[in-house]
Amino acid sequence: MSESMTQRVGWTREQMAQRVAQDIENGSYVNLGIGIPELVAKFVPEGRTLIYHTENGLLGMGPSPEEGEGDPELINAGKKQVSAIPGAAYFHHADSFSMIRGGHLDLCVLGALQVAQNGDLANWSTGEEGAIPAVGGAMDLVAGVKKIYVITQHTTKTGEPKLVESCTYPLTGLGVVTRVYTDLAVIDVTPDGFRLVELTPGADFAYVQERTGAQLLPLSH
Amino acid sequence: MIDKQISSPAEAVRDVFDGATVMVGGFGEAGSPIELIHALIDQGSKDLTIVSNNTGSGEVGLAALLKAGRVRKFICSFPRTANSTVFPELYRAGKCELELVPQGTLAERIRAGGAGIPAFYTPSAVGTPLAEGKESREFDGREYVMEHGLKADFAFVKGRSADTYGNVVYNKTARNFGPIMAMAAKVSIVQVESVVEPGGIDPESVVSPGIFVSRVVEVAEPAHESELIAAGVSYP
Repeated sequence: MSESMTQRVGWTREQMAQRVAQDIENGSYVNLGIGIPELVAKFVPEGRTLIYHTENGLLGMGPSPEEGEGDPELINAGKKQVSAIPGAAYFHHADSFSMIRGGHLDLCVLGALQVAQNGDLANWSTGEEGAIPAVGGAMDLVAGVKKIYVITQHTTKTGEPKLVESCTYPLTGLGVVTRVYTDLAVIDVTPDGFRLVELTPGADFAYVQERTGAQLLPLSH
Repeated sequence: MIDKQISSPAEAVRDVFDGATVMVGGFGEAGSPIELIHALIDQGSKDLTIVSNNTGSGEVGLAALLKAGRVRKFICSFPRTANSTVFPELYRAGKCELELVPQGTLAERIRAGGAGIPAFYTPSAVGTPLAEGKESREFDGREYVMEHGLKADFAFVKGRSADTYGNVVYNKTARNFGPIMAMAAKVSIVQVESVVEPGGIDPESVVSPGIFVSRVVEVAEPAHESELIAAGVSYP
């Protein structure tokens, strides 16, 4: 076993997704963002049924089809081919975003570039010169869905904190994030700021605080 | 007698004019009316404003229309897709204007346009760069931004089947923007795999009632963007 493996701190992407899945109540209507959030569906505990919404017009999204079984007209928001479960429904975009904006969805799990201690989220643009701006449905989801969970690496590839005092990237929404799941910890956004909920294996409070760009409140017992 | 069936995509898009606003259905390749878009490329209209969620992939469909230099302005939510290089190049070169709209706001602006609602308030984008310069107002202690309804001269939509009165049913997630775009355009053109006689579609199943649809045209075996790209097709 290599040195880096024995010293690994925290969770893998799959473990992060698995941890999020534990917190989703039976019967929830859920929208999963593109990327790590999509993994959450694989880890829903037995005995719980969730209904997945995809903003391009499907409630009751099922897993990817078998090779060769897919339909280019049955896709998810990431434009990948999916399936529809028995009991699924199709609808047009205005209805789909009425579900979102109208507060009918229980939970949305999204990725992030930055989360601020007041719950502000930046996840659509780094504001980089020459980049093509693209927002999709993120601003509607955070404005309308009852609970917003963020699943993200704790820091960027270059080690910069993604949990910060205030976002420097263009915002997606103001004060919208409820809870953050990272490779190092589970952290709630509270009126007092970031509060630690759970540490991952090998990470202690000081280790996580050092990698967080805002004050972290300790576990409350 | 009402008969909205038109004989070919070319005939269906014949009167699109320079400077027209055209709504184009589709989310990625699902619901993209490729045959109508290709007919528009052949027809030659330019200085178009296109309203569509994405800007196309490869060099077929919307990307081909862009590549042909026909689009002055694009109104969309997500102009970045895998295999999408045409729009980014035009945008960076300053050859195509972009109005970026959150997806739900785009959908509601189109719905409002078709429903006779000139403007509305939405919580989406409040506090973000996409709300800058827009009127806002507080309702019940929460801030909302005002957005305008969106109308078009033409809508290009892909359905599964229609009757000659213009009643349309769709296929799975290819429905997406089709029904609301059909409402919001002066002339709505729907391509379908089959056109049937009135009575051939159960009224309970109709998604777009015929009043919203001006023309239907049969394209029995519509192409899919990904298949054309995989086959190396570049239109024209």
